[in-house]
Amino acid sequence: MKITNRAELIKCREDALALLKSQTKKIYVCGGTGCVAGGSMEIYEELKRIAEEKGLACQISIEEDACGGEEGIGFKKSGCHGFCEMGPVLRIEPAKLFYLKVKPEDCEEIVTKSIAGDEVVDRLIYSRDDIKYPVQEEIPFYKHQTRIVLEDCGQIDAESVREYIAYGGYSSLEKCLFDMNRDDIVKTISDSNLRGRGGGGFPAGRKWTQVKAQKSDIKYVVCNGDEGDPGAFMDRSIMEGDPHKMLEGMMIAGYASGASEGYIYVRAEYPLAVERLEKAIAQAREIGLLGENILGTDFCFDLKIVKGAGAFVCGEGSALTTSIEGYRGMPRVKPPRTVEQGLFGKPTLLNNVETFANVPIIIEKGADWYKTIGPEKSPGTKAFALTGNIVNTGLIEVPMGTTLRQVIYDIGGGIRGGKKFKAVQIGGPSGGCLTEEHLDLPLDFDSLKKAGAMIGSGGLVVMDEDTCMVEVARFFMNFTQNESCGKCVPCREGTRRMLDILEKIVAGNGEMSDLEVLEQLADTITATALCGLGKTAANPVVSTLKYFRDEYIEHIVDKKCRTGNCQALKTIYIDADACKGCSLCSRVCPVDAISGKVKEPFVIDSSKCIKCGACMEKCKFNAIKEA
Amino acid sequence: MNTIKQRTMTVNGMPVLIEGEKNLLELIRKAGFDMPTLCYHSKLSTYGACRMCVVEDKRGEIMASCSTPPRAGMEIKTNTPRLREYRKMILELMLADHNRDCITCEKRNNCQLKELAERFGIDDVRFETYSLDGTKDHSSPAIIRHPDKCILCGDCVRVCDEIQRVGAIDFVHRGSRMEVMPAFNMPLAETKCVNCGQCAAVCPTGAITIKSNIAELWEMLADDNTIVQAQIAPAVRVALGDEFNFEKGENVMGKMVAALRMLGFDDVYDTSTAADLTVIEESKEFIERYSSGENLPLFTSCCPAWFRYAENYHPELMDNISSCKSPMEMFGAVLKEKAKKDAEESKSKKKTKVVAIMPCTAKKSEVLQERYHYEGEPAVDLSITTQELATMIRETGLNFADLQPEPIDMPFGIASGAGVIFGLTGGVTEAVIRHVIGPEDRNTLAEIAFTGVRGLEGVKEVKLPLSEDKELSIAIVSGLRNAEELIQAIKKGEAHYDFVEVMACKGGCIAGAGQPFVEDRARAERSEGMYEADRMSNVRTSKSNPITDALYRTMLSGHNAHRLLHYK
Repeated sequence: MKITNRAELIKCREDALALLKSQTKKIYVCGGTGCVAGGSMEIYEELKRIAEEKGLACQISIEEDACGGEEGIGFKKSGCHGFCEMGPVLRIEPAKLFYLKVKPEDCEEIVTKSIAGDEVVDRLIYSRDDIKYPVQEEIPFYKHQTRIVLEDCGQIDAESVREYIAYGGYSSLEKCLFDMNRDDIVKTISDSNLRGRGGGGFPAGRKWTQVKAQKSDIKYVVCNGDEGDPGAFMDRSIMEGDPHKMLEGMMIAGYASGASEGYIYVRAEYPLAVERLEKAIAQAREIGLLGENILGTDFCFDLKIVKGAGAFVCGEGSALTTSIEGYRGMPRVKPPRTVEQGLFGKPTLLNNVETFANVPIIIEKGADWYKTIGPEKSPGTKAFALTGNIVNTGLIEVPMGTTLRQVIYDIGGGIRGGKKFKAVQIGGPSGGCLTEEHLDLPLDFDSLKKAGAMIGSGGLVVMDEDTCMVEVARFFMNFTQNESCGKCVPCREGTRRMLDILEKIVAGNGEMSDLEVLEQLADTITATALCGLGKTAANPVVSTLKYFRDEYIEHIVDKKCRTGNCQALKTIYIDADACKGCSLCSRVCPVDAISGKVKEPFVIDSSKCIKCGACMEKCKFNAIKEA
Repeated sequence: MNTIKQRTMTVNGMPVLIEGEKNLLELIRKAGFDMPTLCYHSKLSTYGACRMCVVEDKRGEIMASCSTPPRAGMEIKTNTPRLREYRKMILELMLADHNRDCITCEKRNNCQLKELAERFGIDDVRFETYSLDGTKDHSSPAIIRHPDKCILCGDCVRVCDEIQRVGAIDFVHRGSRMEVMPAFNMPLAETKCVNCGQCAAVCPTGAITIKSNIAELWEMLADDNTIVQAQIAPAVRVALGDEFNFEKGENVMGKMVAALRMLGFDDVYDTSTAADLTVIEESKEFIERYSSGENLPLFTSCCPAWFRYAENYHPELMDNISSCKSPMEMFGAVLKEKAKKDAEESKSKKKTKVVAIMPCTAKKSEVLQERYHYEGEPAVDLSITTQELATMIRETGLNFADLQPEPIDMPFGIASGAGVIFGLTGGVTEAVIRHVIGPEDRNTLAEIAFTGVRGLEGVKEVKLPLSEDKELSIAIVSGLRNAEELIQAIKKGEAHYDFVEVMACKGGCIAGAGQPFVEDRARAERSEGMYEADRMSNVRTSKSNPITDALYRTMLSGHNAHRLLHYK
């Protein structure tokens, strides 16, 4: 059924809300990629099967089910809850119960106790320091977050447009179409100081203004969903968990800028995001929120999904549009800028997923409200993917300007295993590392830039004292070199040479002059590379050289890696005093590097040893040591 | 009107007026500083990959001048310590994984990478090579790829796609594994490459070169039992001088004839003579088609790269393409026929070989095509380029500048001016119009020259009134992308033509890939050189050439004309 005017949309919202209210309980099984991989869909099926067996009235979706307002229990596949390491997770409303690491065998008990009844399954709830946290919002990981963009992620059926509408979805589009003119919308976005969440932090309002000002019959809105930073999955979670929020943002952008066609560029490695988006677009089209004369106005807009082949560089605007056009994704020289000549040579409004997802909220609550969150010049929240040696890994959202300390300790729960914090790599391969001295640095575009790092798209890799910073630099340089499009010489050849040198250093063959060459290369690449990928490629090396130069020197001069990460710099030996001559080590050694007589100390031939550590694990007397 | 100040910026402290330059690079060069570039060609899209043309502004920002538009008030420097350091590093990075066998490299005399390495005093390369494996692609009859020398500037990729719309090569792989190659790394010969050679012409290094037939030619010339006859294409005479420091566009035909004799050629002819035959045959064909209305428009057939393009991409147009052989192949057949008769008469056992001196690389492929063969053997045995001839002249030790000019040999020693201008865009058309339209008087010739046939634009249109209500509509295109766009317009019914002249290389044969490389300015000078040769001819139209007249009465009488001069 198509919604053809404002009144019908309001009616649809009321109907949907009534349907939701008839669901006395709602079960949100996490349908994010992480939990799905952990088996959450089997849990979903199992819960439903058991509930049906027990004669409970199950409602799958308010889309298809003609439940006619009768009471029942809603079984929903939600988006990512963010607490991925605890997956598969599920939430039960209205009690806000949050169950972690759920297994199929838990389902019977969950249904009996928490769905049919109102009891809590104790062993499935979060506990820390002997305190139990049955309610999701009370868990420290969530308590210290401000979830605005991710608000519905995990608390809404990700596959239902009506559910989105019920909770106020598409009311911002409605407001734009009926209560605002195009200038008002662009002004609101400009006034909100919303900055692009894709990495550069370019003011979104300025971009919107520029595209709107272009005189062209055809304009495009393009959403950058090519999230390529290793370990980052903020955009994926939004696309999977709350696709309509982003679509609504794109529609508003289309209306404001005068575009009637939009493209979503998603990496093909995000099959679930593609599936959810396809479903969301189909639903929106079916009820008339996409297509001709939306809500009876003269606004026409439709969306296409383009799957990218997973090239990191396609997150760069011009490479992305080139890729959509069907060509090899390589950045081109600017000008002309994307706002003037972007996709198919037409003015193009290009923002990333998170940026678009902010738009409906800003329209709904206004620019002034938005500016109250975080610093005025860089307001709003930012989603981060928290990974590494940290207790709570997952997806978080905090106000811009939150300090690193709050993120790592309050939300992240501190360093895993009681180790010491060493550094955090922020902004992925384009970013830099921040150290202990930066723990109280506010996380926003400008503060980070000053510190030589960048927010990037929001990857946050926390590293403890056992992390080798030279190896970290090598890892990111390897990534960048593999992902360099190969177009400009400094990036193509320069990153290759930096990688060669870093590999040489971690292999114990570095020379002090290598550091000078590294710095020369870094300077040349940063100053002369064609695109943002190249210009920032040297950041991980530059910042580790700045804060951890002594580690580089240790690798080069002392041929030593203090963390033991660098295999080539490790030697394994048998402490003759501790060795009982049991011969277990020589039997597990895969390369026959250990020999000796039983009941006498054994020895390792270091020329044969591959440092796999198998002997160390087997030794019952802790006689095998690293040096 | 803006004040001077509003239109001025400074380059190295010097004020420079901005006069519509599309980028800083052009403006800096205007100001007298030769910016180093390896990937910039004004006629191709700006690629911005070599980063050699970086400049620094007063805030210390570094930008590539090829892709930054000039703005009033800008203050840029082109030669600061930082820039020097960056350029040297970039060159070192390029050289590090480059085959540096410079002495034996085909491009040793005109390699832009070598030139810049010298200019910036690169005396050490600190990095090891990583990808050189010595592979070459020799499969094509015209073009050799040597990836070890490729610096990935993309000039070849862009010229092949943007100008020629062939796209036979492109980038594959990422990062330092990136390479330029045909799809699936197929041998070039198996792709839709049309052998135009423009990729080699723009290649700054020796990564794409033209196949040399010099060794075979020396063998041939050294064989006492072989009579070797040369035919020189029209465009060669205005370009060969480039290799010997002559004025751009100077006609060195006489010296070239003398040089060819000294190299050991037995007879030296001018392909323009055969171009006169082409004009007569093609005009006849056109008039027939025009009267019958069949297979119009008539497309010319003398450019082998265009012919191959049509075969590859537009087989449906093959009936529209003239059945005439190219002048080179016509001449080959005529020379072979004459040699056969002569041998029969004199009972000589000597073989006759025909060698074409061409501005063109596609001709190397054309000579191999069976459709042009004479009695089962190639009518033209070898086709060498202008550059190969220059190499041979140098190898012989001739001082080209000091040679006394000599005339071409009889009995084919006259060519009309119409035949000479075949070598540039619009020339075939002008020659045909001269043949079809009226008398050979100065006024008529001048009128024809001003119909719009002349000029180096890629697409030209000529309307020629035939009678009160009839008008000939002619299109002249050079560059295969232009040809493709024209074909599409014709197919969509947006354009209608009776006659279409196509030359694959922009500007025509004067800018062929076998010629010394031309910048745009030199194209105009070569073009002027050809028109001057035409003006100075005693004979201006093909039909008034006494040689052709004699041939049609003898060797080409009756059906012989079709047998020798048409490929189908």
